[in-house]
Formats: sequence, structure tokens, C-alpha cells
Amino acid sequence: MKRTVVVLAVLIVVGALKLPVERNLVALHRQEHFRGVEFNLDLREEIGQLGFIAALSGFRAIVADALFIQAYSAWENTEWGRMLLLFRHITTLQPRVLLFWDTAAWHMAWNASVAAMNDQTQPRLALRVKAQREYFALGKDFLERGIKNNPDRPDLYEALARLYKEKYKDHERASEYYAKAAAVPGAAPWDRRFSAYELSYCEGREREAYDRLRHLYEEGPKERLPTLIKRLKFLEEKLGIPQDQRIQEKENKVVK
Amino acid sequence: MTNGEKASTLEQLNASTSAKRYRPFAFSRIYAITINTVTELTRLKVFYVLLIFGLVLIGSSIFMAQFSFQQEFQILKDVSLGAISLFTSLLAIVATARLLPQDIEDRTLYTILAKPVPRFEYVLGKITGVLLLLAISTVVMGGAFLLVLYTREQAVLHTTLRQMSGAPPDQIADALRVIRSSAFNIDILPGIVIIYLKACLLAALTLFVSTFATSNIFTIVVMAFIYFIAHLQATAREYWLQEHGSGLITRVFLAVVALFFPDLQAFNLVDDIVAGTAISLTLFAKTAVLGIFYTTIYTLLATFVFYGKEL
Repeated sequence: MKRTVVVLAVLIVVGALKLPVERNLVALHRQEHFRGVEFNLDLREEIGQLGFIAALSGFRAIVADALFIQAYSAWENTEWGRMLLLFRHITTLQPRVLLFWDTAAWHMAWNASVAAMNDQTQPRLALRVKAQREYFALGKDFLERGIKNNPDRPDLYEALARLYKEKYKDHERASEYYAKAAAVPGAAPWDRRFSAYELSYCEGREREAYDRLRHLYEEGPKERLPTLIKRLKFLEEKLGIPQDQRIQEKENKVVK
Repeated sequence: MTNGEKASTLEQLNASTSAKRYRPFAFSRIYAITINTVTELTRLKVFYVLLIFGLVLIGSSIFMAQFSFQQEFQILKDVSLGAISLFTSLLAIVATARLLPQDIEDRTLYTILAKPVPRFEYVLGKITGVLLLLAISTVVMGGAFLLVLYTREQAVLHTTLRQMSGAPPDQIADALRVIRSSAFNIDILPGIVIIYLKACLLAALTLFVSTFATSNIFTIVVMAFIYFIAHLQATAREYWLQEHGSGLITRVFLAVVALFFPDLQAFNLVDDIVAGTAISLTLFAKTAVLGIFYTTIYTLLATFVFYGKEL
């Protein structure tokens, strides 16, 4: 009996001592982007009892992968609604896997939106366009939430810029997100260029675009790519840049 | 264990417990018990069944991952590291749960304790044996995982090289770099060490439970519950420390969970490591120290309870 009391007392004292240590460690984990998943009732309702228990026991990556394989099957059967639900669960379980956010957004904004536009069962164009816009928005939502969970990585900024450029034809926003991608460590070298290209299509911001493209051009031959020269020449014409200040390169000359 | 091996273990114990040079603490005695425990455990069918299941799952992860190469490596790593985590945890619980009850049933315990072997040396030898076995299993499964990953990476690299044979060299180099970066990541290694530390913690906790349990089945069932509750400990702790509106019974329950159970979620870092999150030395060291702290405390408590156990 005495021994049991001593054991209980030790467990309580050790428990009280370890509490601040554990809390500090959780704070450190969160700061370094670990343990981003909150195990709460919302998640339980989303992934079901079995999935929740598995995820809770340290196997959330495997649960997410299993759901991802299911989403792949759903894609083969073009079950867009089911895919949306599955990708929401997958990204909730694995918020740090960029691939899941990117794939989810691509399925929604590219595949599902095209399928909605080509839907033979819907004779009204207005409704098909509405459905298409809704899928664009779903793709955008995945990427925005992905960025919120991974602000330190450039890939999703790039994906969102692509979405604005190709789906919304919003060059200003595309330029903004390419610039954000370029500002993140580990960004691809073309992000700065792409940001300037997109800006060159924006009405009223030609001067800014010209300055940025010119700055890139001045950085050296590596940046003097055909598209950059083409956009610079276009802006020189549009802005009426004096001949002696224009670049001397010929369009489409590939710089080695 | 054969009679010959029992005799050899007893010889080693006799050598370190003879009256002339008896010391209250001797590594040789602990070493004898450790080696004996490892030998005993490696002969259990359950060890091979778990190890083979783990290796089969790691090997089959290749077939579960037939998507584009990035998804393939993601799934391969998730499944393999999940298998290592699952089977080391299972092995830690199942192997440790039978240690004391089996020794009592076989009467080996009485033969050993009849000699001048302190009980703490016995417990320490036993737990060290289990930790050694877990280390062997982790190394074998980790090695198999790295081999599978390397084989798959080489296959994908060759396929890519063949497909891009006419492409400019910088494009080929870029594609190969992307494949290499999606396959092996050095942070996986500290992730595997943390999986091992979690298994050590579970082994020590199982040993502690088995010192007052009546059978190994009881220990395994209790440990299964502890395993799930300990994964919820962080949620209970935060709720207990932050919420003030809940009733007394709820708060007492949450306090019990927060104080008595370890935070096992702290050791589930490998999912995020596979996702590309880098593990810093500070974070690794703090997590490792917490794992060693828990293992030490539960071993000490197991020893304390074992001292009071009537045999």
C-alpha cells in the first residue's frame, strides 16, 4: 500500500514537472512546422472513427495516403464531389505535404472545371460557366489554405500565380503571387521573371513592369531570354522609350 | 531457452556473484541478464512474425505507390516509416509484457534472485535486453526501407535518363535533382531515431505495468489503452490548462490524463519530415531527451514496484 502511494506521488510530481517541458516542446514543434494537425471533433467527423483513431495513433500519413489512392480512383471515375471531400480530408491530415494541396487545386481548377464546362447533361451555358467558376474558386481555396499552412515554401505561391494567370486571366494577381514566391527562400530563378512578365500585361502598370524587366536584363546574359526581350521591346514601343535608351538585342535571340 | 544456455547464464552470474569479489553493482551481471533476454526474445515466434510483417509491408510499399514519381516516393516513405513505427511499438509492448510473467512461470526468476543479484540489476538487464532487441529491429527495418528507397530511386533515375535522352543537359540535371530530392532526405534518419525512442518509452512503460499486472494479456490490453490515451494526452493537457468552464469531474479526468500519461504525439514527427519539414538539432535533442527521461522514470518506477513484489 505504502509503495503504491509512493508510486502515485512520484507520478504526480513527475507529471507536474514534465507539463511545462511538454508545452515548450509543443511550442517548438509548432514553430518549426511540426504537429500542425489539431485533433478535434471536426476532424473526427471528417475522416470517420477508424481513420481518426489511426491518425491519432501516429499513422495519419498512411491514412492520408489511403485516402489519396481513393481520390485517384474517384478521378478515374470523374466523381468530382467525392474527390473534393477526399482532398479536404487529405489536406487536413497532411497540411505540410505540398503535393496534396497542389494536386487538389489542379483537379478542381483544371480537370473538374473543364468537365463542368463540357457537361452534356446541362444544356444552359450560364449554368455551365457558373459551375466552372465554382471549381476555379475551389482550386483557389485549396491553394490559399495550402499557403497559409506552408508560408515558408514557394511552390504553392507559384501554383496560385499560375491559376490566376491561366484560369482567371488576372495578370496583376499572377504577378503578385510570382513575386511572393520569388521572395521565399529556395524559390525558382524564373519566379522573378514571371512576375515581371505578368506585370507587363497589366494596363497602367507598364512603367513598373518595364523597370523590372530592364533591371533583370541588366543583370546579365543569363536573364536575357527570348520572352524577356520580346516583352521589353513591346513595352519600349508602348512607353515610347527613346531609341538610344532601348536595348540592342534582337527579338527571339536565344542567349547561351 | 535450453538447459545448456540456462547453465551458461548462471555460470556468468556465478562468476560475478562469488563471495570473494562480490560488488553491490556489477555490469557483468547486467550484461549476462541482457544477453540472456535478447537470446530469449529472438527465439520467440512473435519477433519473427512482426519483423517479417514489417519487412513485407516496407517491400510492398513499392506496389502501393504507382503514381507519378513524387507521389510514389511520398507514399513509399509514408508506408515504410509507418510500418517501422507500428511494428517497433508492437514489439516493444508484446516483448516486454511477457518478460516478468514468463520468468516467474519458468521459475528462472527465482534461480537468478536466489543468487546475490539485486532486483534493480535484474530489471535493468531485462529492459536493456528489450531495448537492444528494439534497436536490432529498427536497424533491420530501417535498412530495408533505405534499400527499397534507393532501388526505387535508381530505377526512376534510369527511366528518366532514358526518356530525356535528347533533352539539353541542364534540363536533365534539373530533372535528376528533383527526383533525388524527392527520394532520400537526410532528416529521415533522426525521424527513425525518434521512432526508436518512442518504442523504448513504450517498453519501459510496459515493464512498469507488468510489475503489478497479473498476466501478460492484462499488460498488453492495458498498454493498448495507454497507447491511445497517451496520444490524446496533449489535447487533454491543453484543455485542462486553458479551459476553466468545464465541470469538476471533467477537470479531474483531464488532470489525470495530463499528469499520468506521456505525450506520445511528441514522437510522431516522421509524417512531417517526409512532407519536407526539416528537423533542427535543438528540436531533435529536446525530443530525444524527453524520450530518455520518460524511459528512465518508468524503469525506475518499475524497479521500485518490483522491489516490493512478493515472489
